[in-house]
Amino acid sequence: MFRFEIITCYNLSMPVFVKDANKCVGCLICMFACGRAHLATGLESSCIKVRSQGGISRGFSVFVCRGCEDPPCARVCPEDALVVRKGGGVLLKEDKCTGCGHCVKACILDAIGWNNGKNKPVICIQCGECAKSCHYKVLEYKRT
Amino acid sequence: MIKEDTLKKVLYIDLSKKKFWIEERDDLFSQFIGGTGVAIKLLHENCKYDTDPLSSDNPIIISIGPLNGLFPIASKTVALFKSPHTGNLGESHAGGRSAIAIRMAGYGAIVIKGKSERPCYIAIHGDRVYFKDATTLWGLEEGVSAASLIRRQESGAGLRTIMRIGPAGEKMITYACVTLETYRHFGRLGLGAVFGSKNLKAVVVSGKRDLKVNDFKGYKECYSNLLKQLAESDKMKKYHELGTPANVMPLSFSKGIPMKNLTISELEGLENISGESFAEKHLGRRVACSHCPVACIHLGALRKPYEDEPYFYRTVYLSYDYELIYALGTMLGVASPEGVLRLIEVVEDMGLDAISTGVVLAWSTEAFEKGLINEKMTEGVIPQWGDVDAYSQLINKIVFSEGEFFKDLGKGIDYASSKYGGKEFALTYGKNEMPGYHTGYGAHIGYLFGARHSHLDSAGYAIDKEAMIKSFDEEQFAEKIITEEYWRQILSSLVICFFGREIYTPQIILQCLKLTGFDLDEKRLTEIGKEIYAEKYRFKIKCGFDVDNIELPQRIFELPSGTGKLNKDFAEKIIGKLKEKIKSLL
Ligand code: SF4
Ligand code: SF4
Ligand code: SF4
Repeated sequence: MFRFEIITCYNLSMPVFVKDANKCVGCLICMFACGRAHLATGLESSCIKVRSQGGISRGFSVFVCRGCEDPPCARVCPEDALVVRKGGGVLLKEDKCTGCGHCVKACILDAIGWNNGKNKPVICIQCGECAKSCHYKVLEYKRT
Repeated sequence: MIKEDTLKKVLYIDLSKKKFWIEERDDLFSQFIGGTGVAIKLLHENCKYDTDPLSSDNPIIISIGPLNGLFPIASKTVALFKSPHTGNLGESHAGGRSAIAIRMAGYGAIVIKGKSERPCYIAIHGDRVYFKDATTLWGLEEGVSAASLIRRQESGAGLRTIMRIGPAGEKMITYACVTLETYRHFGRLGLGAVFGSKNLKAVVVSGKRDLKVNDFKGYKECYSNLLKQLAESDKMKKYHELGTPANVMPLSFSKGIPMKNLTISELEGLENISGESFAEKHLGRRVACSHCPVACIHLGALRKPYEDEPYFYRTVYLSYDYELIYALGTMLGVASPEGVLRLIEVVEDMGLDAISTGVVLAWSTEAFEKGLINEKMTEGVIPQWGDVDAYSQLINKIVFSEGEFFKDLGKGIDYASSKYGGKEFALTYGKNEMPGYHTGYGAHIGYLFGARHSHLDSAGYAIDKEAMIKSFDEEQFAEKIITEEYWRQILSSLVICFFGREIYTPQIILQCLKLTGFDLDEKRLTEIGKEIYAEKYRFKIKCGFDVDNIELPQRIFELPSGTGKLNKDFAEKIIGKLKEKIKSLL
């Protein structure tokens, strides 16, 4: 299993990072918070992901955008629909996006969501809502 | 209901014809909200009253409500069916990922009818429904888990629910459960046997969607307020920390926790199986149902040596809570946490309802002591208080033995005691085995008349707790029991976990409902609760339930309860009042 938090520890500029996935109870509260951050209710417009590590007794992994400074998702986008943000991460220009899905494959953290209704990716807006709503301090939000 | 809401969609699945279709039932949802309210209407529509519970005609109704997927701790799913255990209304609730998965798949209810020719499982991924062969998942040997095989086959990881049965369900033990996400259950009243009778091994549901609310800003405010309360309120603390086992010690001080089939009120070493002791020595992880920040599910780690191989161990995680510590601990005189966890493991492996199993074993132990049953019947295993090995073997035999006695035990103790004697100490209520509260009139009469004969119907122990400091007359007891049960119909139509009931006040519920397009007031809400309850009773009575012909077990009058020794005449008076109230509704 890919242990995401180990890598993110080195990047001190990212806004949200997984501090201790061992404390995750799998409540999905962060996923719902992410949906609301994308002005929606439900899970279709959420990009953060929580998955059990092959059975609940083994605990959970959390996949969240680390706000790369040189983001591969933006690099592979053939339509220039992903614009690199100052301070890391990307912004989605929805009108330019054709829904090809290259960005999703390029993010090896699996931190991009997919909205089937719109056929467009769901991109982290680095808002920290997920971390703020987690009762168990699994995630930490640092404003840069 | 909001016009675009997919909640109104009812998915019908016919296992005999391998067909499915969807009906839009705005009528039901706008009138009865969802969850248990809609399910009881669907049960009336789809189940003939004289249906044999284990025949293909018995439908399984699975339903959720408007708050699921929108508000925190609205995390439960309701299942209704005709119970093979009691022969009338079967109702069971479960959490896990189920409620959110069904909501995200775009349904408010699922009705499963018919019987598959061969073992099968159903996979529902949004609007796609698949009938899958499960012949290789049937009768699996110990150590192979059907759920993990299904996990590999199906999509939707992280957001899906997998509801499945174990050997007990396949063998149609009338108190077989359905297990979800390894640690959650439709526990009581035998839904597992109904699955088994349909050759249905499992149901997988997954989906993903956005939902609608009326006022997004108002929704966000309401949501954050709820989330804050769930995190900070003292009302939630007990579920956060020790979980429900926090009740073991307080209830033992008041003599409210039943021990050894209600023959004693003190158990040596009880403190070893307290919530505190479990947390200290065994708590390995805490997990939550989807969309619930409380995470009351406590997993205890049990380290088990391999008998044939030194220095080889495996660690299993088992979810423990108050009811299990009662049923497989105090009730059986087992006062070690390892012993309780070992019995939980067997019960989980078999896929049985833990409460009924514990009470069945307790009755068997006393019946054996009294000479009503003998070693020949039990195939050489002697049930003895505290003997974990013997109890493990007996549980296995209930499921696998072909012997007559075990076949009878597999139908519960109402059945077994009518054949072998020992009715006076058979702790059953309307044919369902006793939950873990010997607290007083509220608890016992609540079990007897509750629509599902469970402690969750009216939480009589809470009424008894009040009765410790105030004295209630028969009218007050009866009124408290029935009004609590009315209100719980609303909670389980939304469907909110009962642990959140103190946060979800009527005002908050009305606010949430308004955001989801239900314009109701408190008076109407109470009326709906009452109407749902009445509908349940109508179903029960049409199935042959006779309010004038049920009794409290004699044993409960012999051992002092949490509120002192119970008086039969006074109990009768409360029962009289309650019957009047029930009859006036019908
Ligand atoms: S920071 Fe905001 S957008 Fe990014 S995962 Fe968290 S909630 Fe979603
Ligand atoms: S909110 Fe926290 S505990 Fe809950 S799933 Fe997300 S990271 Fe895990
Ligand atoms: S309180 Fe417990 S049972 Fe209720 S929804 Fe939360 S985790 Fe599930």
